[in-house]
Amino acid sequence: MTLTKENILKLISVIPDPEIPVITIAELGVIRDVIIDKENVEIKITPTYSGCPAMQRMENDIKEILNKNGITNLKITTIYSPAWTTDWIPEEAKEKLRKYGIAPPEKTTEDKSWLTGKSKIVLCPRCRSKSTKLISQFGSTACKALYQCQDCLEPFDYFKCI
Amino acid sequence: MTSQEILFTYTLRLADNALVLGQRLSEWTGHGPFLEEDLALTNIALDTFGTATSLLEYAAKVEDKGRDADAIAYRRNEREFCNILLVEQANGDYAKTILRQVFVDAFNILLYTELSKSKDETLAGIAQKAIKEVTYHYRHTSSWVIRFGDGTEESHNKIQDALNELWRFTGEMFEMDEIEETLAKQGIAIDAKAFQAKWEKQIDELLTKATLKKPETVFMQTGGRKGLHTEHLGFMLSEMQTLPRMLPDAKW
Repeated sequence: MTLTKENILKLISVIPDPEIPVITIAELGVIRDVIIDKENVEIKITPTYSGCPAMQRMENDIKEILNKNGITNLKITTIYSPAWTTDWIPEEAKEKLRKYGIAPPEKTTEDKSWLTGKSKIVLCPRCRSKSTKLISQFGSTACKALYQCQDCLEPFDYFKCI
Repeated sequence: MTSQEILFTYTLRLADNALVLGQRLSEWTGHGPFLEEDLALTNIALDTFGTATSLLEYAAKVEDKGRDADAIAYRRNEREFCNILLVEQANGDYAKTILRQVFVDAFNILLYTELSKSKDETLAGIAQKAIKEVTYHYRHTSSWVIRFGDGTEESHNKIQDALNELWRFTGEMFEMDEIEETLAKQGIAIDAKAFQAKWEKQIDELLTKATLKKPETVFMQTGGRKGLHTEHLGFMLSEMQTLPRMLPDAKW
């Protein structure tokens, strides 16, 4: 395999998120850049949340898949700027989240309506009802909140919009 | 002090504030008043530790003496910690924990907003990341302050007691010394005094909504930056540092 940015990206883009395996770490927006310098490969990643324990696992997964393909002169660097945002998650990936039972982030971070006390309408991923309520602002992982549908009564995770 | 030592000290102060508060919050894990709040505080602790880790790693790099982030966190004694006194105060009841958190969240929103424009790229990047998280925390903790204050007589009294006790630790957040002033002039550190009035206005509005009254006369406590702490920090560190000190080479 020739060492090109495209080839490296092809290999690592398919790695699933360790906690939400229906989307890849590329769709999540964690991979920011790949730099090739002769035999050396540097991969720049950015954390979703500062303390997200899945980041270590993602680093290990990247190393493993590249080592398997004979790439060992490898450096993974964490960058903080620009800060990760759910706006980077493409529509197709949001649809995958919905099918998996997780309500994807509603709208974008540009929407500041919560500042005026209005909360977002989060659609139930199961029956698409608009009648849902926030159970807890924090959920099973750093990136999620807990909601419940008032119509089909399904409790569900909501991927926080940040 | 060399410019390297100055930057190290400033970064360490930011890191210690996050580290000590993160440790305090994590003490609630498994002890929250109910499941959702247990999750909330654990998540807030995780974000806070995340910021602490980024800052400690940067401090280690700036110091360049072969210590890593863990060595700085686990192998320093009480007098070497330079966090403000507010974050080390014992958790008390839930109202006290929430009030301490709201003071820090409101402060951090203002601090990180400014720090995200710092000329130091690493500090700016860490701040850009943290600002989103602390804004989310503030939404949660400020809503609890109102619920406690404007709730039952018992919840009101509990958070009013917490306010009477904790208010004297809020002044220290806005203190500036030579280190901070030097770095502020270079566009690296933030002049916290400059946004003190903004913080007070925001907190006053919140307290009014929550029907709470600030204590009228208080003598603001200080000393954390110089390593002069309240009795609480030593006990907290002894628990936090036991394992790495007993088994220095232990690995997960």
